[in-house]
Amino acid sequence: MNMKTTTPIMRTRAFVTVFMKEVRENLRDRRTITSAFLTGPLLGPIIMVMLLNITLNRQLDKAEKPLPVPVSGAEYAPNLINALKAEGIVPKPAIANPELAVRKQDADVVLRISPDYATAWRKGEAVQVELIYDSSQRDANASVDRLSSVVETYARQQGAMRLVSRGLSPSTAWPVVAAKRDQATAQARAALVFSILPYFFVLTVFMGGMYLAIDLTAGERERQSLEPLFANPVPRWKILAGKLGAICTFSAASLLISLVAFGVVGRFVPTEKLGMELNLGLGFSGQVLLLMLPLIVLLAALQSMVAAFAKSYREAQMYVSLLMFVPILPSILLSTMPIKAQGWMYAVPLLGQHLGIMQLLRGDGVTPEQLGLCLIGSLAASVLGVLVTARLYRSERLAISG
Amino acid sequence: MIEVRDLHKAFGTVKAVDGVSFKARDGEITGLLGPNGAGKTTTLRMLYTLMTPDRGQVLVDGIDAAQDALAVRRELGVLPDARGLYKRLTARENIDYFARLHGLPEELLDSRREALVKALDMADIADRRTEGFSQGQRVKTAIARALIHDPRNVILDEPTNGLDVMATRGLRQFMQHLKSEGRCVLFSSHIMQEVGALCDRIVVIANGRVVADETPAALREQTGEANLEDAFVKIIGSEEGLAA
Repeated sequence: MNMKTTTPIMRTRAFVTVFMKEVRENLRDRRTITSAFLTGPLLGPIIMVMLLNITLNRQLDKAEKPLPVPVSGAEYAPNLINALKAEGIVPKPAIANPELAVRKQDADVVLRISPDYATAWRKGEAVQVELIYDSSQRDANASVDRLSSVVETYARQQGAMRLVSRGLSPSTAWPVVAAKRDQATAQARAALVFSILPYFFVLTVFMGGMYLAIDLTAGERERQSLEPLFANPVPRWKILAGKLGAICTFSAASLLISLVAFGVVGRFVPTEKLGMELNLGLGFSGQVLLLMLPLIVLLAALQSMVAAFAKSYREAQMYVSLLMFVPILPSILLSTMPIKAQGWMYAVPLLGQHLGIMQLLRGDGVTPEQLGLCLIGSLAASVLGVLVTARLYRSERLAISG
Repeated sequence: MIEVRDLHKAFGTVKAVDGVSFKARDGEITGLLGPNGAGKTTTLRMLYTLMTPDRGQVLVDGIDAAQDALAVRRELGVLPDARGLYKRLTARENIDYFARLHGLPEELLDSRREALVKALDMADIADRRTEGFSQGQRVKTAIARALIHDPRNVILDEPTNGLDVMATRGLRQFMQHLKSEGRCVLFSSHIMQEVGALCDRIVVIANGRVVADETPAALREQTGEANLEDAFVKIIGSEEGLAA
């Protein structure tokens, strides 16, 4: 009558059984599916596209479009006006109160030429033109810079011509010329814009496994299925292993979808127009996946651990949501304190991934040493996390539905 | 056969179980009767190794639960106090999950499951997802998954709780059926008529202690009360917590 199955068969089967059941059950849950395969992985790419489009359009607009500038006293300096026109600046009729106009954002910048411009010019004296703007209107800054550089260029040309006409070399007046040599590679410039990307990857992994992790303890307890489950002749750690496996599978799938989405997005974002280069191709995805692998396990363990403390599903949901802010820390830390990355930082979970992914984005690549540190550090943390969770899972109180 | 020797379990200062001993024999139905909060569920939880006793011994078919909890669980079919199902799985899938956790070979699984589906008269609900099941349908599914591995010993914690008259009748018949198959059936209840009608042996628990362990007839004789209800009240010493 007693079904004494041989133990070796049971050993592998318990893990697979729990794993398969969790996957099947959760694939039937619309909320889990949406979070793991839609909102979680696609949120990042969508926000990224929106952000990039806004910045790109704005910068491109300002650079190429004719810039209308109200000019008062245009009649005193026809040559200057012609020089402005040649650079795409369109002089507009003067307005009554330029100071108020820029503050109210009716105009980005207003040019004022004083009536004595012509007389001073003829005498060969220095003349002044006024650029009226409001530097707190960030949107206007590109216009101000453009107008001021056009005016300065014009001034320098005229100055040079005056010197030449007096038989002097223009270099007498400008003995030192600063030449800017920007060493930022095109990829590094892109990395600046993409510095929130690592966080998106972590967030995706987080959201992919979130609902499963909550279900693992709080959910089972709330629907009173944990006690019957533990009455089965399977050690609890095997049940936990099966469940963690399911969580990791879901979050890894989320990450994959996200990487593919970023790859597709990266192809269509016209980053080269900004002088950037962005490579989100296969090599990038593969290395990100490798960097994130131990983090997937760590997050699964952490989420399960936090959820195990909760008495109800709702409570667990709250705890896990709070936990979601932890991965933001390295990103905030690095953006507020632009510290130089030290070797040991790669061994810190989350921080290591952040630095590594940034390196990849900058096109510098990750050295085997950095990669090793990152993997070992995060792996150690995830082993610890799993062990603590397993310990929690053994507790007598955990099973009681109350 | 289930044997319990001098079980103790305290939660903080509350002594939930304070020296419980009894035997539940094969081919008999043993009823664990007591008012709410008497320690029935805690006793049963120690039996199916969900909790570890502070003191005392649990033996199932001669296996010590403290020595080999997994072996004990293999010998038991348990309907715990918590009988939650997986609502996104069908009744059959719920049963199969536990069957596989018990290591039941796939070739046996189908026939075992279908036999139980038939015996519990649940063919019409077997392929429905358990979300929205009635209390009776839920208990049937929970019992089926508890018995899928054909255990010699069956533990049912308040099995008729929340069931209507028809479902209760069906369940009692099913318990008789288990007994006739020679199994050891141990169930808890706070409903004395149910225990009186079903049991070969009644273990009465009050305040964490066994206050009587007799056949229904002997109980009546011992207390000098012809009516079981009066007999129980006399044994427990109060009318508190008992339902007719």
